[in-house]
Amino acid sequence: MLQYAFQRILLALAIVFVAISALYTIMITLPGDPTTVLLGPRATPEIRAEFRANMGLDDPVLMQIGNFWTRVLAGDLGTDFNRNRPVAEAVFNALPHTMALVFGAIFWSASLGILLGAFSADNRNSWLDRISGILSVGFIAAPSFVVALYSLLIFSVTLRWFPTIGAGEPGDLGSRLYHLVLPSFAIGLAWVGYVARIVRASMLETLGENYIRTARAFGLPRRVVIYNYALRVAILPAVQVLGVGIGGMLSSAVFAEIVFSRPGIGALIYDSVSGRNYPVVMGSMLVAIGFFVTCALIADLVNAALDPRHRVKS
Amino acid sequence: MSQFRHSLAGRLLADPFAVLALLIIAGLVLIAAFADVVSPHDHAAMNLADRFAPPSATYWLGTDNLGRDTFSRLAQGSRIALYVALTAVSISGLIGLVLGMIAGFGPRWLDNALLFFFDTLRAYPTIILALALAALMPRGLGTVIVVVVITSFSEYGRVVRTQTLSLKNAEFILAERAMGASFLRIVFHHVLPNVLGPFFILAAMNLPVVITIEAGMSFLGIGVPPGTPSWGATLKDGFDYIRSTPWIILAGGLPLILVTLGFTFLGEALRDQLDPKLRKSR
Repeated sequence: MLQYAFQRILLALAIVFVAISALYTIMITLPGDPTTVLLGPRATPEIRAEFRANMGLDDPVLMQIGNFWTRVLAGDLGTDFNRNRPVAEAVFNALPHTMALVFGAIFWSASLGILLGAFSADNRNSWLDRISGILSVGFIAAPSFVVALYSLLIFSVTLRWFPTIGAGEPGDLGSRLYHLVLPSFAIGLAWVGYVARIVRASMLETLGENYIRTARAFGLPRRVVIYNYALRVAILPAVQVLGVGIGGMLSSAVFAEIVFSRPGIGALIYDSVSGRNYPVVMGSMLVAIGFFVTCALIADLVNAALDPRHRVKS
Repeated sequence: MSQFRHSLAGRLLADPFAVLALLIIAGLVLIAAFADVVSPHDHAAMNLADRFAPPSATYWLGTDNLGRDTFSRLAQGSRIALYVALTAVSISGLIGLVLGMIAGFGPRWLDNALLFFFDTLRAYPTIILALALAALMPRGLGTVIVVVVITSFSEYGRVVRTQTLSLKNAEFILAERAMGASFLRIVFHHVLPNVLGPFFILAAMNLPVVITIEAGMSFLGIGVPPGTPSWGATLKDGFDYIRSTPWIILAGGLPLILVTLGFTFLGEALRDQLDPKLRKSR
């Protein structure tokens, strides 16, 4: 297990390193004056000259990438020249909002998805099972930003059950959660479908195992066997899928943050792109990719720790 | 007749959801092909006297902030959606097919290198990468296609690689090799046809994803150029006036939901029919 974990962590680090370096290389090798690209049109000639010297823009590309990582590892993500603040500050102010959104979505998909999947497997081939199967496919197919727009229209604008704008009062947990309900639901709905299908399939597989038959033979009630014994094993594949799914959820979070006017990484990148604020775009990308790869890694390791078969498979 | 019932088309037509899916897709293709005929108005014509008109006999789905007919814009938008989906899926599918087979047949180090390459590309969240690249590239469908290709060809590559690896040592391939078949004959005559099944299922499942990415990028203003009637652009117009004229959003989201449902149901039905192993577990 330790060796497996070590390999996986090494691989994850390599992936983040290569993915970000590739993006950085594209940015600095683009035709045109890199100071315009990296500083935005508002920079004065003095800032440009200083920047050029500081960044070593005339150095070989490999050396520039090396310097970039040296700075990143020291905690310096660059400077947001449009608003004169460190990029790290902007990004780490936004990150908790996006994390809340993503974990809220995981809460919806895990709770509703596991319930729906276990229920379907329990009532296999009944008409309820079929309806839940169709619902799952419908959830998966519905584009998350259309779900966000429709739920904003129905539940916030028309029914006024939920707020339309913002992330709630700082420090007021109730208000924060209240503002989180709809956006996280819009992101999580598709994953309710995925999780339901995976849990149903792996549940049916688990129910055929010997130890389940043994538990039944010992006279344990059916409900206890299904919801206590089988479900515990059957949710493992869902953990893996949700871990990898965080990449998709981060994409959906961009829409949820814009539709519901919430702060977050997606909104930050969106605003920076329209303002041509490249240092912030780069810093947000770095943090978003790092967050995604870390979550996928954790899901993988949790799975490996709970199910030794998984270690051999990958 | 009984032969037809057991063919792929026959089995698909026995599945009500597959039939529904095919009807939706046929409708989309027809509307895209005859967009100019079915549109009651010119999609770009502004009629400022009829701004924000509610749905009526003249304007079936109402008008937007410039008095443009929403139905006509959505009809034109189906062309953009289909064009982007087919182009991007073909390009990324082809790249994935080639790289996946190279990984499957190549030496161990090349296989590992390609796998690492696929893993790295998967680390980019699609829309976030789209935003980053949009800051560097000109706005237009070309950028949308580039983003989709970068983020999706690795998926095809993985599927093709797995399939190739399991076929490479299958008995019928070994027998073929023992009889002196050339490498190219094995690749094109035996492995490729067997790889294509899962490949096309994935492609069918990816069409709605690509359509959603195009609409999403256009919604964010980093997809089609301003004024182009993409579904996402229509939703963006509606979003700006969500409080006063909700029907723009309601109408703009419908084709997206219908089409993604159609392609997803078709992909599901195809998978059920082409992959009997999966059919059993469902």
